Amino acid sequence: MADRPVILDAANLTMRFGGVTAVSDFSMAIQENRIVGLIGPNGAGKTTSFNMITGYYRPTEGKVSFLGNDITGMAPYKVCRMGIARTFQNIRLFKNETVLQNVMIGSQRRQKSRWWQAPLNLPSFNKEEREVREKAMELLERVDLHKVADERSESLPYGQQRRLEIARALATEPRFLLLDEPAAGMNPEESHVLMGFIRRLRDEFNLTILLIEHDMKVVMGVCEHIWVLDYGKLIAQGNPKEIQGNPKVIEAYLGEEYLADA
Amino acid sequence: MMEANKTRNLFLSLTALAVVGVFLWWAPSHLDGYKIQILNLIAIYSILGLSLNLIYGITGMFSLGTAGFMCIGAYVSSMLILPQMQKDMIFILEPLHPLLYAAHAPFVVAVLAGGVVAALAGLLIGIPVLKLGGDYLGIATLGFAEIIRVVANNIPTITNGALGLKGIPPYANLWWNYGWTFFTLYVMYRLVNSNFGNALKAIRDDELAAKAMGIDTSRYRVISFTIGAFFAGIGGALMASLLTTIDPKMFMVTMTYNVLMVVVAGGLGSLAGSVIGATIVTILLEWLRIVENPISIGSLHIPGIPGMRMVIFAISLILIIIYRPDGVMGNREFTWNGLLRSGKGGKSNG
Repeated sequence: MADRPVILDAANLTMRFGGVTAVSDFSMAIQENRIVGLIGPNGAGKTTSFNMITGYYRPTEGKVSFLGNDITGMAPYKVCRMGIARTFQNIRLFKNETVLQNVMIGSQRRQKSRWWQAPLNLPSFNKEEREVREKAMELLERVDLHKVADERSESLPYGQQRRLEIARALATEPRFLLLDEPAAGMNPEESHVLMGFIRRLRDEFNLTILLIEHDMKVVMGVCEHIWVLDYGKLIAQGNPKEIQGNPKVIEAYLGEEYLADA
Repeated sequence: MMEANKTRNLFLSLTALAVVGVFLWWAPSHLDGYKIQILNLIAIYSILGLSLNLIYGITGMFSLGTAGFMCIGAYVSSMLILPQMQKDMIFILEPLHPLLYAAHAPFVVAVLAGGVVAALAGLLIGIPVLKLGGDYLGIATLGFAEIIRVVANNIPTITNGALGLKGIPPYANLWWNYGWTFFTLYVMYRLVNSNFGNALKAIRDDELAAKAMGIDTSRYRVISFTIGAFFAGIGGALMASLLTTIDPKMFMVTMTYNVLMVVVAGGLGSLAGSVIGATIVTILLEWLRIVENPISIGSLHIPGIPGMRMVIFAISLILIIIYRPDGVMGNREFTWNGLLRSGKGGKSNG
């Protein structure tokens, strides 16, 4: 694989909570327009790493830079404005709002008109509101959720909720998308569809995608490069083939005995 | 089809507005002063309810500061409309500050000024206090309201202390009160139904996710709180002119409690609900006065118990929270489409 410019560079990230070190000295450089994965057993520090990149945690040590800008410990909403969007492990939709509204909220940050223009009923304000609505509708059509645009987001089936969460993240017009366990709770068929969906997103929206996932079929199927964390430490990285054959990874997932038997 | 509905809805809205207008024109010559007073209070409680609904129902910030903002609005506006002769008569213990003695403005400006000063206060305390969440925010805003009241009690050269202000010109008639109510309703409607309103609801539903959407949540919370404070100030200013007397005791926590009742009974997050809630609560508060009078049933004589009405009031709030936590409207909104649809299958608005 030819090298591409690095879009996100996390260097020597360490996160300590009191006496517990959740992530220690973890570095990863992600190249533009790739789909890459972060895997590891439960409690390995994957989501903690996500939170450090997106500004929810300020790393105890280390530095995160995105497109050459230092974004270490920047407030989450600013990180989003830099062009990084994310989904959450346990779906966090705005449950009382409709599907369309959920996506519109993602466009809010790019809206030029201010709140006080709303009561004035200015044509420019109304025009922008209409454009935001149309753009959201367009986005919903692209992810095939336009038929349920006026449903309350909470009432959607699980798979569609996941897709809506991704659509909402796309509405912020990111260049880098972090997906936290997008296949969780999906059956094999659904996760197969998801793999195609993730690839399509990358190509159509010109994205770089980092995903955390437990479903190995999905990880091995879509990721071009994989980092493996165990007890907060990086134990391996490489392409899917290298990871599958790496004894350290097998040990972390299956235990030492399995390796001895094999 | 959509366009036709739009025209029809606009027509229905204007008709409804006209009906209210005719009623307001008819009422003063046909209803007694007591009923007019209740109608006025409904309008003012609607404004107050909408104000708290924006803060609590839409943005999800549990605030108990309403009485404080009302107090500010009431004093500022009253000071601007009190004639100098009246000021001479009230300030007998301590003289009024000369600047305030000279201050005078027309009623609209005075009410607006009340709102603006309340909004400034909201902005000032909002910035530090809104970092708190949930119950802590409630306690902090409650403390703020108490501070305002105690301060009003202790600066006699400005507020006349515990004696309060008397003889405030009764400008706040039905037209003014309902005019301001419609203004508030319109502003709220436009705000809540814009994408700005969506962002506020996003903060209410899931603040963490709202941040991930690039929304500067602390800024939006402060804006929402400040707008709410503005309208609470307006409500306070109108109430001062309606009652013609104010003193710091009027703005105790029970006032905030009444407004909270309006919002909860009407439905958190529903603008129409706040107006319905204001109607229910105002009428209930008046009607319940019966229980405070001595009652005789046959040979049984029950002496009047002062404060009984608040006991019943509190019980009904508890009952609403247990059996109908969403209030009358839930977080649904009144729409002509919805009304016409339910009209076909019998009236069901509850």
